[in-house]
Amino acid sequence: MIAALVYACNPPAAENKTEGESATTQEAPAGGQEAVQDNDSQKDVVKIAVGSADHSTLVAALKQAELVTVLSNAGPFTVFAPTNDAFNKLPKGTVEDLMKPENKAKLQDILEYHVSVGVFKPEMFSDGQSINQANSKNISLSVKDGKIMVNNQANIVATIPAANGIIHVVDAVLLPPGN
Amino acid sequence: MRQSELKTLSLLAIAFATTVFSCKPKNVSTTTSGDAAEKVYVAPGKYDEFYNFVSGGFSGQMTVYGIPSGRLFKVIPVFSVDPEKGYGYSEETKPMLNTSHGFVPWDDLHHIALSETDGIHDGRWAFANGNNTPRLARVDMKTFRTAEILEIPNSAGNHSSPFITENSEYVIAGTRFAVPMPDTDTDVPINTYKDNFKATISLISVDKESGKMNIAFQILLPGVDFDLARAGKGKSHGWFFVSCYNTERANTLLEVNSAKNDKDFIMAVNWKKAEEYVKAGKGIKKSVNYAHNTYDEHTHSATSVMEKEVIMLDPKDCPDMIYFMPCPKNPHGCDTDPTGEYIVGSGKLAAVIPVFSFTKMLDAIDKKTFEGNYAGIPVLKYDAVLHGEVKKPGLGPLHTEFDANGNAYTSMFVSSEVVKWRVSDLQVLDRVPTYYSVGHLSVPGGPTKKPWGKYLIAYNKITKDRYLPTGPELCQSAQLYDISGDKMKMILDFPTIGEPHYAEAIPADMVSKNSVKFFKIEESKHPYVTMGEKEAKVERKGNEVHVYMTAIRSHLTPDNIEGVKLGDIVYFHVTNLEQDWDVPHGFAIKGANNAELLVMPGETQTLAWKPEKVGVYPIYCTDFCSALHQEMQGYIRISAPNNNVPLHFSTGTNQPKFEEDKF
Repeated sequence: MIAALVYACNPPAAENKTEGESATTQEAPAGGQEAVQDNDSQKDVVKIAVGSADHSTLVAALKQAELVTVLSNAGPFTVFAPTNDAFNKLPKGTVEDLMKPENKAKLQDILEYHVSVGVFKPEMFSDGQSINQANSKNISLSVKDGKIMVNNQANIVATIPAANGIIHVVDAVLLPPGN
Repeated sequence: MRQSELKTLSLLAIAFATTVFSCKPKNVSTTTSGDAAEKVYVAPGKYDEFYNFVSGGFSGQMTVYGIPSGRLFKVIPVFSVDPEKGYGYSEETKPMLNTSHGFVPWDDLHHIALSETDGIHDGRWAFANGNNTPRLARVDMKTFRTAEILEIPNSAGNHSSPFITENSEYVIAGTRFAVPMPDTDTDVPINTYKDNFKATISLISVDKESGKMNIAFQILLPGVDFDLARAGKGKSHGWFFVSCYNTERANTLLEVNSAKNDKDFIMAVNWKKAEEYVKAGKGIKKSVNYAHNTYDEHTHSATSVMEKEVIMLDPKDCPDMIYFMPCPKNPHGCDTDPTGEYIVGSGKLAAVIPVFSFTKMLDAIDKKTFEGNYAGIPVLKYDAVLHGEVKKPGLGPLHTEFDANGNAYTSMFVSSEVVKWRVSDLQVLDRVPTYYSVGHLSVPGGPTKKPWGKYLIAYNKITKDRYLPTGPELCQSAQLYDISGDKMKMILDFPTIGEPHYAEAIPADMVSKNSVKFFKIEESKHPYVTMGEKEAKVERKGNEVHVYMTAIRSHLTPDNIEGVKLGDIVYFHVTNLEQDWDVPHGFAIKGANNAELLVMPGETQTLAWKPEKVGVYPIYCTDFCSALHQEMQGYIRISAPNNNVPLHFSTGTNQPKFEEDKF
């Protein structure tokens, strides 16, 4: 029973624990696509975030919310990526609170609110546009004098193309309506 | 339970088991070893020990399996078109199948030869022969793609090919069919075979760096059928050994008429001597016409060049270059052992397997121990060149592979078994059945100086009841044996594609570490590459419309095209902008009379399309690339020639004109 539960919680790892070494010389690493050994391909949205010193809070939150595998998959994704400063602008203790295991669902909801399935390049945004996010809530965009703002709150300060989508760096954390 | 009762029960059980087994002696439980499952089980996410490059026979393709799992990884299109990959359908790949007969979309791929350095696999190229329209192909083991196809002139069926020398200096191409040579009168009665038909072998040089093939020279030979061949190695490096049948030179009912002579030949070719003759100008330049097709991985395109000349050596002008060793009854396989000392000739109709000694052969040549000549070529005395015969090996010996411990493994077609014997004293050590009617064998590294051993794979011709039936046409079966112990043990039975003939297996890490993940787009030299979406465009040149299209998750650019007219030919040059491992995009258009494109990341491929009717045609990505793959679609509008629609293309901007059309 315990074994079954363990397997159900973590099937890829369980498969890679299968015994019977005799027939093999090498093996693919455990985990989802984030574990694929590939130093040649263009980086995906997760690898770019991991490589950015300004996004360590976001990366820690993605790990806590178990979204790393999802965002390492084929996508395509548009990720609105708040900087560490953006997280610091939240009321004191908010991030620490969200990182608690009992608040995982809330953290997932907030992070999924930063992800669209589809590639939205800056030139594809228009004033008043509404985009449905991965948590099924909408964000709204305003485009004024070439400046793009999300939910009248977060500025897109940089845009980085990724293998499986695009990252817009934002200077504020987007909070889903109702939170 | 008492002791005696137990005994009785056990005896009964044994009796019962014996009865059942004797009713169906080839039951799986009697022939596989108990730990077979463990030996072949490659757990999810784990890798096989060996790549097995397998000929596809009449599929014309090469297949790649993992050993010991028997899992199929790839079908590499070589001599046959492959609509799945657009091979032979895209403008870039069509030239690969050009020949002096025009576009030939099929062939019969029989044998594999992996490139070697110092007599050991080097993991660079896999060569393959086209048996029907004589051709030789080179597959690049970095991309698992056909890099080059060379047509062989003065040949009529390239069966005795593509066996390779120990530093990949040469690949051999010997013709199965003798024919009237093109520079003589070719319109002759078939029954003038003995007078008018000739055979050739070609030695094709392989460039050490690029692998590029070139016909170094050909040798004009009497009209026998060349069957198989092996290069010498070690002490016999510098020689090729080629099996010949139909020394009777029959032109009809060979089933009977080529089996009259007690002995045919193993032909020994001193190719180093031949090189000297070529250098000394003994070769005659022959005017021929043959296609030489190469695929350039920078332009992602093939080119076909018609070559016009070969150098031909005639043994009558080149003494000491060719000898015949008598070999019983229509020899098929001709295999050299890892030391290069022993040459095994497998006479299909013979009751023994003769093993020739290279040292004795040199000695016999030195002492001119000839029993006569055949068409002017010296025939060595059988006893003078013989190391010995394997007695009562089984029926119908075909092919022999070797392990690193001095053992040989010979397939027996007629008696449907593999026989293990010791090369030194020719003693039969073991035999196992195959299911059914085995052809070629493969031991990893078996044809090299350094067999990797461990496994033997038998490629069978008849499958019958081995798998769930699939109507009259069944797949062919491969059987895997563990040869690490004294006795061979069958551990797996797996289906194959086409009809496998010869195959080679190579340690996985010699190949996997070099495998290309994608093509760097900045290095593309394709004339129609589109380096980014901003460069996507549509250009008209007369009635040719060139669409410079890009594909990236999850849209085509452009995806709306108008202003194309009936009578135009549309060339979709699709560039996959991805730079990510394993993200190909496909491209298809409704009604196209060819195939799809399957475009690797960083690659450009072209589909030519001649619309036949006015209308709007859908286009889409065929390879499930992303969550929005199904949205990766568009339209091209074909207008009547007199309808003055301007040429227009876009992605994302061709919106309804009137506000009320929006929803």
